[in-house]
Amino acid sequence: MTEGPVLFSVERVSKRHGSGLALDNVSLRFEPGSVTALIGSSGAGKSTLLRMLIGLDWPDAGQVTVDGQPLQPDGRMALRRRVGYVTQDGGLFPHLSARDNLALLPRHLGWNAARIDTRAQELAERMQLPQDLLRRFPAELSGGQRQRVAVMRALMTDPAALLLDEPLGALDPVVRFDLQEQLRQVFADVASTVVLVTHDLPEAAFLASRLVLLHQGAVIQDSSPEELFAHPANDFARRFINAHRDLPQVRP
Amino acid sequence: MIRRLVVALAGLLLCGAASSADDRPRIGSKNFTESIVLAEVLRLEAQRHGLQLEHKRAMGGSAILWKALLEGSIDAYPEYTGTITRELLHDLPADATLDRIGEGLRKQGIGISQPLGFDDSYALGVSQELAARLNLHTLSDLRAHPELRFGLSNEFMSRGDGWPGLMAAYGYAPTSIKALDHGLAYRALAGGAADVIDLYTTDAEIRNYHIQVLEDDRHYFPSYQAVWLYRLDAARRTPQFEASLRDLAGGVSLQAMRDMNAAVMLDKRDETDVAAGFLGINGSVQQNAGMADRLWHRTLEHLRLVGISLGAAIVFGLPIGIFAARVRRLGQAILAATAVLQTIPSLAMFVFLIPLLGIGARPAIAALFLYSLLPIVRNTLSGLASIPAPLREAAASLGLPAGVRLLRIELPLAARTIIAGIGTAAVINVGTATLGALIGAGGYGEPILTGIRLGNVPQILEGAVPAALLALLVLALFQGIEHLVTPRGLRLPARN
Repeated sequence: MTEGPVLFSVERVSKRHGSGLALDNVSLRFEPGSVTALIGSSGAGKSTLLRMLIGLDWPDAGQVTVDGQPLQPDGRMALRRRVGYVTQDGGLFPHLSARDNLALLPRHLGWNAARIDTRAQELAERMQLPQDLLRRFPAELSGGQRQRVAVMRALMTDPAALLLDEPLGALDPVVRFDLQEQLRQVFADVASTVVLVTHDLPEAAFLASRLVLLHQGAVIQDSSPEELFAHPANDFARRFINAHRDLPQVRP
Repeated sequence: MIRRLVVALAGLLLCGAASSADDRPRIGSKNFTESIVLAEVLRLEAQRHGLQLEHKRAMGGSAILWKALLEGSIDAYPEYTGTITRELLHDLPADATLDRIGEGLRKQGIGISQPLGFDDSYALGVSQELAARLNLHTLSDLRAHPELRFGLSNEFMSRGDGWPGLMAAYGYAPTSIKALDHGLAYRALAGGAADVIDLYTTDAEIRNYHIQVLEDDRHYFPSYQAVWLYRLDAARRTPQFEASLRDLAGGVSLQAMRDMNAAVMLDKRDETDVAAGFLGINGSVQQNAGMADRLWHRTLEHLRLVGISLGAAIVFGLPIGIFAARVRRLGQAILAATAVLQTIPSLAMFVFLIPLLGIGARPAIAALFLYSLLPIVRNTLSGLASIPAPLREAAASLGLPAGVRLLRIELPLAARTIIAGIGTAAVINVGTATLGALIGAGGYGEPILTGIRLGNVPQILEGAVPAALLALLVLALFQGIEHLVTPRGLRLPARN
């Protein structure tokens, strides 16, 4: 992509979900190239906020701007092509092989097969995915392999932003641990604006330099991890931090 | 994947289209033996004049043949004067002369031949033995015997020109009248359950049951003289056609017609053989196709009906289903509309379509097309609607245009369901197409209908068995296509 990383901002957005408020008058900026984690309990409005950034959800009030321009319905497709989006279940298409999943957007953008394969090999290396697995269908891959492919698909066209909605939420702890390392490396390497949704505080602190704690649709705290741990903004923030059990590390 | 689907469907369409019409004069017959035999007689007679006619057998009742004649689907068919005055031309008295009938017909471009030589009307009959014993010759003779038991067909009992008028005209006062099915009347007479029955003067059974037909001495029954109705333009265009019609006038006596009916109905002989025998030519002169040829020909006809209608239903049903999946509320309405089409009985559907499309293959194809829409639209809609929301969202989040998403993601994911719908439509079509024979569309239905008319079980099977086999074949074919079209990734068991 020719443009640099995206500047997202949401201004006084509210969103009603059924009876309750998913988001209540939230304003946030996501600076170009920054890595932000949206954290909080289930139902706090994290995913809704993330989905709004590429127009998968629309605010009932307030607006989303992209690089300073209000996001309009007819601008969604162009924006989405510049943004990589990864969901908890990966969203891989079961009828396409891993490689064909990766090729969907690049092919539409006019890439030839050689360019697609080169890029796919490069990303496979970076995500530590054995090359030959690219020939397989999603049903033939493990959960961790599927998420690696999903992240690769999001990275194929070198997006200006990377949005990840609980990307590791469905994985077992060991696989998750490894993927966290790889994601951190990816976030460091790419020049994209990264917004990550997770309810796992250690994961958020490990991956992001800025944490936004949401509770019942409102921003409770917006700070660095260190600041959050040192000065929780309120009782909920304290409870959220303390809801983790300490385990002794064991020697290898 | 899409390419494979297109190739498979194109193949189907091609086998469907491999049959075509020509412009020989065409003649039709009604769906009973006498009419078919007469049309075969005409066909063979024309052959002697060096003219090949196409005979569309057993197309239906008077209404259908009359309509087919008016619009030119056929150029001639055998009819009866009483039917013309009572049912076809409503502005003529029932006893109009042949000249007046001819005048009325000419206005519509239709000609009427001289009478063939026999009258097929209602009559009363008794056993020859009883006739001899009581000296019965005419209907008037019956008046003196009120003790005779009448066994009359339901239709005859209720028709204005049937029993009520007859009773008044001859002053009958019988002590016993029973209503019977016409098919059973002869057996009732033979078994002694009835003494007098109503019959058609050309009934084949008259000979076999040794029946004395009583003369209508007061001329109560209207005249039902057999004649040819033909298109004047066809007769002008093809002189041999008109010559053949002329040659047959006056040449078919009541006894000859009765014998020919008996030969088909009772001796189970082929109509063509019987007609050839009547003309004194060798039955084998005419190209009575062998079983294999007949089967092949009907298979082509049947495949054409099924293939064209199914192809059109795919061409229209897929986009309709895709559209219905996009616009949900309207989609439900569309689905309801195709479901209503499905509930229209086939025969009613054919009758609706005849005024629009005439008779023959076209209305049958149109009806099959309409019947095929529901399964195809429904399965396209439900196949697309059943794609899990996360996948649809993943497709949307890639930023691909709607058309690309449809072709590369949504249709492949729905392919299995869509093909199953097309398969259902195809199997239903193979079965329903047999009813196309009712309106002259040919196919496997033709021997089935003929077999039913003649009570000839082997002939019914000659149509029913291939139809069933074709349905199984189509079922297997579509299971194969379904397998082929289902992306391999969807056939794998999920793993975690």
